[in-house]
Amino acid sequence: MKNTIISLRNAVVEYDGVQILKSINLDIVDKQFVTLLGPSGCGKTTTLRIIGGFAEMASGELFFNGVKINNLPPHKREVNTVFQKYALFPHLNIYDNIAFGLRIKKLPEKEIAARVTEMLELVNMQGFEKRSINSLSGGQQQRIAIARALVNRPKVLLLDEPLGALDLKLRKEMQIELKRMQQDLEITFIYVTHDQEEALTMSDTVVVMKDGCIQQIGAPQDIYNEPINAFVADFIGESNIIDGIMRRDFLVEFAGKEFACVDKGFEPDELVDVVIRPEDIKVVPQYQGAIVGVVENCIFKGVHYEISVDSLGYKWIIHSTQSEEIGAIIGMNVTPMDIHIMHKSEA
Amino acid sequence: MKTSKALAIPYIVWILIFTIIPLGLIVVFALTDSSGSFTLQNLFDMSTYMSVLFRSIFFAMIATIICLILAFPAAYIISRAKSFNQSSLIVLIMVPMWINFILRTYAWMKLLDPNGLINNFLGLFGIGPLNLINNAGAVILGMVYNYLPFMILPLYSVMVKIDQSVIEAAQDLGSSRLSLVRRVILPLSMPGISTGVIAVFVPSVSTFVISRMLGGGTNDLIGDIIESQFLGTSYNPHLGSAMALVLMVIVLFMMSLFNQFGNEEEGAMI
Repeated sequence: MKNTIISLRNAVVEYDGVQILKSINLDIVDKQFVTLLGPSGCGKTTTLRIIGGFAEMASGELFFNGVKINNLPPHKREVNTVFQKYALFPHLNIYDNIAFGLRIKKLPEKEIAARVTEMLELVNMQGFEKRSINSLSGGQQQRIAIARALVNRPKVLLLDEPLGALDLKLRKEMQIELKRMQQDLEITFIYVTHDQEEALTMSDTVVVMKDGCIQQIGAPQDIYNEPINAFVADFIGESNIIDGIMRRDFLVEFAGKEFACVDKGFEPDELVDVVIRPEDIKVVPQYQGAIVGVVENCIFKGVHYEISVDSLGYKWIIHSTQSEEIGAIIGMNVTPMDIHIMHKSEA
Repeated sequence: MKTSKALAIPYIVWILIFTIIPLGLIVVFALTDSSGSFTLQNLFDMSTYMSVLFRSIFFAMIATIICLILAFPAAYIISRAKSFNQSSLIVLIMVPMWINFILRTYAWMKLLDPNGLINNFLGLFGIGPLNLINNAGAVILGMVYNYLPFMILPLYSVMVKIDQSVIEAAQDLGSSRLSLVRRVILPLSMPGISTGVIAVFVPSVSTFVISRMLGGGTNDLIGDIIESQFLGTSYNPHLGSAMALVLMVIVLFMMSLFNQFGNEEEGAMI
């Protein structure tokens, strides 16, 4: 049985008359790794700050384990936060930073010492107790910030883009470590990021947001494979998004041709967004291709080549393990399974 | 490198002429008699004024403590205001300082007078007239009023650098308002506190205008005595210099003691 630990009901946040959150509803399942994902200004950090108690709702309700906590001040909530800029206390050493929350709870020093040591082990920072904050690298400061929050044994840990300032390699290591901590400690993590890869790597549930609204909630695979609209498709990984016309069930027209597809239930001749992942397009000899185009660019990306193709004014992005000559004429094929049809977004 | 050193020369000359040489002269005057021969008599003669010296230090300490108590919350509130409001509030605090110091103190004489504005107002309700002027309270009030900005400004400049997320982190980790101040704001404000304490204490302990205008002759401070040795009826620049020297040594000693204490506070935290 999945328990809901945090619920937001019709949460509206306004700032200087502008709606930052437009009546969102969100249920966070206990012991899950939930990621709020979206571009900057989408309201993801604001959502996190409501839960932490640092932002006020103009209207709406926030429940924690079924109890309404709208007006509970931050220091009385059973959640802890890892801040974007770490926000460690510059006047305290590492031990005292981590012990901060426990000292406020007036725990005996012996227990504090045991729990701080345990946390330093969890984040792989044993032996750093007496060091000052300024002597640490960004990655180390982040570990201390995580330890400082987790030492209080919160039911929910809030993380506000905690890996944003780290370099790529360190970020990938920390992603795996965070996931491990979340599973070992069996607590709920609510993680804010604009990095779709980070979201897919760590999450049990991804919440995609845009302009103060939730676009889609689902498991990473579902969000990636079955994006609900063109925005989600484009934000979660690269996509080719083309205007199309749904001729009838299982038949769509785009790029001047008709294609079989697996979608149905659209109005006859409805204008739709056709989404095709770059890795789902097969490069074939010109005469075999359903679509034919001219290679405009071919960039080496490590694992694959990113090929830009122009076909009658339509621009296609293809990911392929093989490079193509610039100026070459190639054919492109896509299977019905890989054609995703979406209603035009209202915007 | 050479040019930067050359640029310092005017400043060094300035310091030499207007600080180092006068300081040397004070020492020379303090340790000589009117015929110019060496003596320690001036220092012994000071003992007459010991009670005045202690009163000066006591008043200055009270004024400094009151300034600190008033300035700390004020500076914190300003430092957390929106940036436009911050600059407006700081300007408001500075505005009185654009008016001449003696005029400001003179205004207080008029306000506190038995026939002054405050007593007239209280008289409407049948209260008073109260003895508001020519007492110790009036002198301390004058010090607090005149030197409060010197406490607010350094505190503000330190507090404004405290990252909002550090404050939020403390709240997030369970700090109530009180423990937020005690465990985070206060220790991080220590540099501002020590600057502010010095900036208020030093002019308070050596003032003679405030005590003369608001003290009514019964609350003379060491500054009054020193001034009278140079300009007054009891002309004796040698005794005056000796008192100035002793006052300076005491202030320096107290400041270093205070700084030591401040550093230890910080040291214990780190």
